[in-house]
Amino acid sequence: MSGLILNRRRFLAGSAAAGSSVILAGCDQFDFLGQRDNPVRNFMEQANVLTYEAQKPLIGQQSLAREFSSSEIRQGMKPNGSTNPTTPEYMFLQAQNFEPYRLTIKGMVDREVSFSLDELRNMPARSQITRHDCVEGWSCIAKWTGTQLGAVLDQAGVRPEARFCVYHCYDNIQRTLAGDIFYYESSDLIDAYHPQTILAYGLNDQVLPVANGAPVRLRIERALGYKQPKFLHTIELVDSLARFGQGKGGYWEDNGYDWYGGI
Amino acid sequence: MSERADEGLPAAKGPLIYRQSIWTRVTHWLWAICLFFLLLSGLQIFNAHPALYIGQQSGFEFDNAVLEIGAINTPEGPRGQTTIFGQTYDTTGWLGMSGPAAQPSFTAFPGAVTIPSFRDLATGRVVHFFFGWIFVGTMLVWFVVSFINGHLRRDIIPMGHDIKGLPEDIGNHLRFQLRHGRSYKPLQKLSYFTVFFILFPLVVLTGLTMSPSLNAAWPFLLDLFGGRQTARTIHFGAMVLLVLFFVVHVVMVVLAGPFNELRSMITGWYRAARDTPRLKGDKP
Repeated sequence: MSGLILNRRRFLAGSAAAGSSVILAGCDQFDFLGQRDNPVRNFMEQANVLTYEAQKPLIGQQSLAREFSSSEIRQGMKPNGSTNPTTPEYMFLQAQNFEPYRLTIKGMVDREVSFSLDELRNMPARSQITRHDCVEGWSCIAKWTGTQLGAVLDQAGVRPEARFCVYHCYDNIQRTLAGDIFYYESSDLIDAYHPQTILAYGLNDQVLPVANGAPVRLRIERALGYKQPKFLHTIELVDSLARFGQGKGGYWEDNGYDWYGGI
Repeated sequence: MSERADEGLPAAKGPLIYRQSIWTRVTHWLWAICLFFLLLSGLQIFNAHPALYIGQQSGFEFDNAVLEIGAINTPEGPRGQTTIFGQTYDTTGWLGMSGPAAQPSFTAFPGAVTIPSFRDLATGRVVHFFFGWIFVGTMLVWFVVSFINGHLRRDIIPMGHDIKGLPEDIGNHLRFQLRHGRSYKPLQKLSYFTVFFILFPLVVLTGLTMSPSLNAAWPFLLDLFGGRQTARTIHFGAMVLLVLFFVVHVVMVVLAGPFNELRSMITGWYRAARDTPRLKGDKP
């Protein structure tokens, strides 16, 4: 009996010591989780797939992000990420007041189409006062005006085998020795056809400023800020995200963020 | 088992009672692991924007902040600074600026209490949401099982006699007279009830309120908590209360006899106080 108690005591003392040593040693014990190819981290990332699968039926295809009253617009829209693209192509467009700009829809579509800024502005518009939620944690309410993406996609005719929209952008978000890395994003077709998903060219009743993504940025209102690509020039319909960037579906996704972006 | 030499004398020890079911023990340790990782990855997430606000949005051109942690430049060099409800404190070494003086790091919470220890919001989110799922799963299992096996009714939900016994129990605690009976004491019940029925649901719901997707599915969450930023502030506040609970919990375990308490949470068997009436099923 006494032997048993001693063993139990030893076990308890041992577990307490082991537990407290983890705490006292500090959290760099878990720094391996920061390695993007670590199997434990990859396993943990599956929780994001679970979140996506669990939330999609819950939020449905058409439920709207909350829209606010104009009195809630108490400040300018905080610009974030790249705010002043420096590629020659973009600087040329900017110097021309975006006159030569064209938005192209290509990939798995019946016909490749492109639109000038005026053509987009002359299509039926939608204005919405919504809350932009940055992945960092801050939020900002602003009024966005633009063309519904679904209507534009319908003009190109999305083929049945298409599963994703890939959004290509002008901004060189990162410069490396191997060259510029351009911002890109992607979404499923549910988000692409969501009524509040617009190609925004107006912000707070003004022309969309460069810092906020001129001439056109996307708004996917039920997702975090990094799913709202700025400086948009091409939308490509695809059945797989594998051949873009590092294959994760977006610039920030390639840098470890989850593709879903709804939480 | 040998004959007891002290037969007839008052028992030297109380009975060994089976107090914690396997469900209680497994969920207890799963929660301990989850809260450890949730806290440390949560502080990593907080460091990405170390301010808390009241309302729907963060004020950049107006002020609705209730907490801000950062660093400022002074003539003597950079200092860590924390502003809470308008009161500003120098928190150099702890918050806003920490690490060795020669090479300080300018994060809100120091790397020693974040996962990973370096700035990496993406990984913080991976860890936070992974353990968030385990935490919620554990909570649902615990609620169902504890409802069925009577743990809720017996040990967690304060009844009339618990409320009546509260003053005496507070007195006992103040005098450090901690008797270990068969069932939980009023203060114990109240604190567990607060954790399970208030803090746990609060921390989960405010977490979900920060999801722009779920805002579309359940817009009432925004109204319930007064906006996404208020929800974020409450989420942080609930965390602070859970840390406070953890500290008091561990202090009480140490005061009440750490070996006995740990044994009951590992094996289920708990040595009750000397005068605890013996029941069938107890061990000597």
